[in-house]
Amino acid sequence: MTTTEHLADTVEHAAATPDTAQPFRELGLKDDEYARIREILGRRPTDAELAMYSVMWSEHCSYKSSKVHLKYFGETTTDEMREHMLAGIGENAGVVDIGDGWAVTFKVESHNHPSYVEPYQGAATGVGGIVRDILAMGARPLAVMDPLRFGPADAPDTRRVLPGIVAGVGGYGNCLGLPNIGGEVVFDATYAGNPLVNALCVGAMRVEDLHLAHASGTGNKIILFGARTGLDGIGGVSVLASETFSGDESAGKRKKLPSVQVGDPFTEKVLIECCLELFQSGIVVGIQDLGGAGLSCATAELASAGDGGMHVDLDLVPLRAEGMTPAEVLSSESQERMCAVVEPSNVDAFMEVCAKWDVIATVIGEVTDGERLVIDWHGQTVVDVPPRTVAHEGPVYHRPIERPADQDALIANTPDALARPSTSDELRETILKMIASPNLCSRGWVTEQYDRYVRGNTVLAQPNDTGVLRIDEETGRGIALATDCNGRYCKLDPYVGAKLALAEAYRNVAVSGAAPLAVTNCLNFGSPEDPAVMWQFEQAVRGLADGCVELGLPVTGGNVSFYNQTGSTAILPTPVVGVLGVIDDVRRRLPSGIGAEAGETLLLLGETRDEFGGSEWAHVVHGHLGGQPPAVDLAREKLLGEVLAAGSRDGMLSAAHDLSEGGLAQALVESCLHGETGARVVLPSGADPFVMLFSESAGRVLVAVPRSEELRFTDMCTVRGLPWTKIGVVDPDAAALDIQDVASIGLDELRTAWSGTLPALFD
Amino acid sequence: MARVVVDVMPKQEILDPQGQAVANALPRLGFDGVTSVRQGKRFELEVDDSVDDAALAKIAETLLANTVIEDWTVRRVES
Repeated sequence: MTTTEHLADTVEHAAATPDTAQPFRELGLKDDEYARIREILGRRPTDAELAMYSVMWSEHCSYKSSKVHLKYFGETTTDEMREHMLAGIGENAGVVDIGDGWAVTFKVESHNHPSYVEPYQGAATGVGGIVRDILAMGARPLAVMDPLRFGPADAPDTRRVLPGIVAGVGGYGNCLGLPNIGGEVVFDATYAGNPLVNALCVGAMRVEDLHLAHASGTGNKIILFGARTGLDGIGGVSVLASETFSGDESAGKRKKLPSVQVGDPFTEKVLIECCLELFQSGIVVGIQDLGGAGLSCATAELASAGDGGMHVDLDLVPLRAEGMTPAEVLSSESQERMCAVVEPSNVDAFMEVCAKWDVIATVIGEVTDGERLVIDWHGQTVVDVPPRTVAHEGPVYHRPIERPADQDALIANTPDALARPSTSDELRETILKMIASPNLCSRGWVTEQYDRYVRGNTVLAQPNDTGVLRIDEETGRGIALATDCNGRYCKLDPYVGAKLALAEAYRNVAVSGAAPLAVTNCLNFGSPEDPAVMWQFEQAVRGLADGCVELGLPVTGGNVSFYNQTGSTAILPTPVVGVLGVIDDVRRRLPSGIGAEAGETLLLLGETRDEFGGSEWAHVVHGHLGGQPPAVDLAREKLLGEVLAAGSRDGMLSAAHDLSEGGLAQALVESCLHGETGARVVLPSGADPFVMLFSESAGRVLVAVPRSEELRFTDMCTVRGLPWTKIGVVDPDAAALDIQDVASIGLDELRTAWSGTLPALFD
Repeated sequence: MARVVVDVMPKQEILDPQGQAVANALPRLGFDGVTSVRQGKRFELEVDDSVDDAALAKIAETLLANTVIEDWTVRRVES
């Protein structure tokens, strides 16, 4: 250690050696970005400063390509939409008021690239990271859900990646004791080599307990607590460590550092309880989680959000590895760490709580009255920067945008000419083929590895359309959550596709009987340096924001993940949309399975049109992607939501299932299988049975209505102008789905086809 | 026939929650003085003479170890 002491790249040393070459390009900084850092500092950055700026100005942390587009969310949000919002974009997670004094916070983040490199740990730490985001708001994390996307189900690499990711999601979440209440599993060739692991967490707190992290109050202490800081998860900084100018003698000998972190859910579980007690006892000014960019990010963000400066002594950071350089300590992404701002008089109490939970806690610095973030190491200053330039005033790019040259050809290639099944035998075969296809088959193989009911408040989880949680055990008030995105629709028309993703998530929440309240998103796209990708991104953001205005829902937060591509081929544009709804009493939630009461009527709400562009049928049967996605009518979705909420509140409905990929056939099969009950279906006379069964027209829901309520419910639909069609009855005596003049298929045969696919591929 | 031992250890810089749990438990049980514990796996393979070192290395890195987060060593021992 003595040799490193005088060789550290201090501020003084940097000022004296302006011409030293620095590996900024290897760290991902562009020439003009490096020049701007020199301009801000009035000298060259030190190694540690360079490490800080390079991670904080990365696409992942700075949103430099997306910022100009994301502004559109703020511009379009009205005060009326903000009515229930307590905290929004810019905080760790959005917070909404759900009534009865409860505030709910939720957010989704991507952990795509780490999960490809090391599926288990990548996915596990993705869950851990989003849980800490929720925790930082002062909320108790209550549940997680994970929208996942993979390459073709039968591709060899999917066999490597999928089981690891699923085990990682399950392993971490199960150890934390958090139920996994939903999510998605989608397969498409474009995700081969770039799977998507998006992790969502939802938490709740009393409204008065909301905490926003900022470092205010000169003299307040900065406390780092949780796990020790090690060399794991250091990405670009390994470049610094391997460059010869770095003072660390062992650097040259050190192996190339892995960029994947290993998580420890048991440490996180203790950290959760410790943080909640700290919040409860009112001894913290604010808490910030350490995620990507580690201590660099936490210190810069805390200082930037506060009104003063900050001084940190890096020698005080508890380390796990020997000989770490200041740059490495600052950039380490060691998991399960948090940073708190505490008034000096509360430090002892803070330490007592941490000792009780066996959590290591160390005062590493304090809030100062200057405007600089100053970091010392071995008695010398290695960082001296204006924190806002690191955290909030990074580069902003107006990337070139161009509609892809082949977009017109894609749209012109409609599915109209594809051969359609027409005989009853062909239709029967198509039903069985579709329900067994990877995107439509049972997700049981995946979701059964997750604990869905721990904590005892899960009301609905997979295989239902939405996850429903009880929040208030006295009143029964609860929330419903769904995430959705059809990347194929988005490829055909990213503007409409994003609206369709919103519409589907909205509808999924509505079918549970809940009233949608707020929106979050995780926007997964290819390279922002590709003008065609930026066009998709811009269109999707506009579609989602415009859609939220139409529905009157605020976007409370989100995450952008760029560079999701293999070689020059980008993934399907995948703006995953999460919708949170509130239900005043979870006892009236609607399941998707039919059969609660005998002789119920099956109604199809909404209209079915001949819409097969981007459909699952075109994909499964013909390997075709082209044409226009289904039309989207958000006013209709809103009406549908209101009718479902009224129907559920007044006991007029006993089950409801959203129609999406796979159309009516898929919904019927799932409703029968989820409810383990047969049904007799008569398609409207004159309608094309193929279109009725497989079209993916939006704005449709299948509902089961008790006989006694049928007239009341259909009258309500008619009065409100919602089209409905009676399509059959629930038939508990028949162990079959009988579609008149098409096919009668036994539930056993349906279940075998539907549930056999994933086990055959991954067991 | 020969006996081959493959030791698989978490990489030095990688967090080892299991080793850490053991290290934390020791003082609670009254064993002082242990400053660090790392936990790995040991495989014992009985192999034909036809299996050369290159094949053993391949076995270790494809199945026995997750080389993203683990190091491995192979040695032949007297059986």
